[in-house]
Amino acid sequence: MPSLKDLRNRIASVKATQKITKAMQMVAAAKLRRAQAAAEAARPYAERMETVLANLASGVTGSSAPRLISGTGSDKVHLLVVCTAERGLCGAFNSSIARLARDKANALKAENKTVKIICVGKKGYDILKRQFEKDILEVIDLRAFKQVGYVNAEGIAQNILARFAAGEFDVATLFFSKFKSVISQIPTAQRIIPAEIPTDAPKTDAVYDYEPDESEILETLLPRNLTVQVLRAILENAASEQGARMSAMDSATRNAGEMIKKQTQLYNRSRQAMITKELIEIISGAEAL
Amino acid sequence: MATFKFELVSPERILFSGDVVSVIIPSTEGEMTVLAGHAPLVATLKAGIVFVQTTDQNGKEFFVNGGLVEVNHGATTILAEQGRFLEDVNAAVLDQEILTAETKLAGSHDEDEQKRLHDTLVQLREFKHVFEQRKAA
Repeated sequence: MPSLKDLRNRIASVKATQKITKAMQMVAAAKLRRAQAAAEAARPYAERMETVLANLASGVTGSSAPRLISGTGSDKVHLLVVCTAERGLCGAFNSSIARLARDKANALKAENKTVKIICVGKKGYDILKRQFEKDILEVIDLRAFKQVGYVNAEGIAQNILARFAAGEFDVATLFFSKFKSVISQIPTAQRIIPAEIPTDAPKTDAVYDYEPDESEILETLLPRNLTVQVLRAILENAASEQGARMSAMDSATRNAGEMIKKQTQLYNRSRQAMITKELIEIISGAEAL
Repeated sequence: MATFKFELVSPERILFSGDVVSVIIPSTEGEMTVLAGHAPLVATLKAGIVFVQTTDQNGKEFFVNGGLVEVNHGATTILAEQGRFLEDVNAAVLDQEILTAETKLAGSHDEDEQKRLHDTLVQLREFKHVFEQRKAA
């Protein structure tokens, strides 16, 4: 049976924890609003880009197509770009992305393919390094940037492109969490090289003039498309992270509240028991006289 | 006057969306004006000013740096790599852009990329010159 002092201490510490989780929840809620707005503002650009790209790509096929669309012709070496958060305490957010990446890596390895990994965000690295320490090429840390933007995405995309140009891999897949709602984030894998051209994009049968010519536009457009995909992943991730943290902290706060209630009840009960015991002792002492 | 739908989108947000009478676009092949009923066209952009003539007689100006324009029957879209309101542009912003382009050029080893970055740099310098002249006038 814990003493009264123990119980008091325990209640005080749970209360302190509850204050922290409550504060974190509110901070996450405020950040979520901004992250969500940023993710939504970036959507139109990505969508338009897809449409234009689909239109262009349908015109350029066969051997004339750039390698970013047609691929290298083999699929021996896979690059997994795993985007996670820099911080923990956000429920299953990081682990679910890492799990998806790990399953994919294991499946590829079972097929005797080489797997290389780039981690964007420290948490994914922390999880994946246990199993794939040797396969991780690089860890990109975005912690220093308060608001990640186009510049960061461009840096990552350039990095990937340089590796592709150097022939380090054949297929690249991007892992991130799609923001659906505050309580639902979907870990997603998206192939970025060779580019996935959406076939269901609204096609226009108009015949376009190209200035400069088609292949040249496509050549400048494809690297940019990669940047946009990376940017989208990062922004969706940021919103998902805050959403996951918000709901995780909400349930943590609720759990702490429940615990305080139980402990307080226990505390009061043992306090009463103590008083009763003392009274009995006094009365029986007086009776013995 | 005949109008058409025009959108100016940067990776971060939509800068302009609405019905316009005409748009002047700085394409890599030269400046061009798009009116309603323009033939379908896809062109790349250089650093410069996009001038949008809206229906209410007032023009709006934006600074863009690189990107793509898609002219379609009924709708025109600019996908600008970088875009901002011209009011927000000043010499410091341009200097920063030029500096970024210079560091990128210095750090690049790929020949094609070097050529592209060099073009960007030249365009930016040209634009800065035009911008300063405009300011003086």
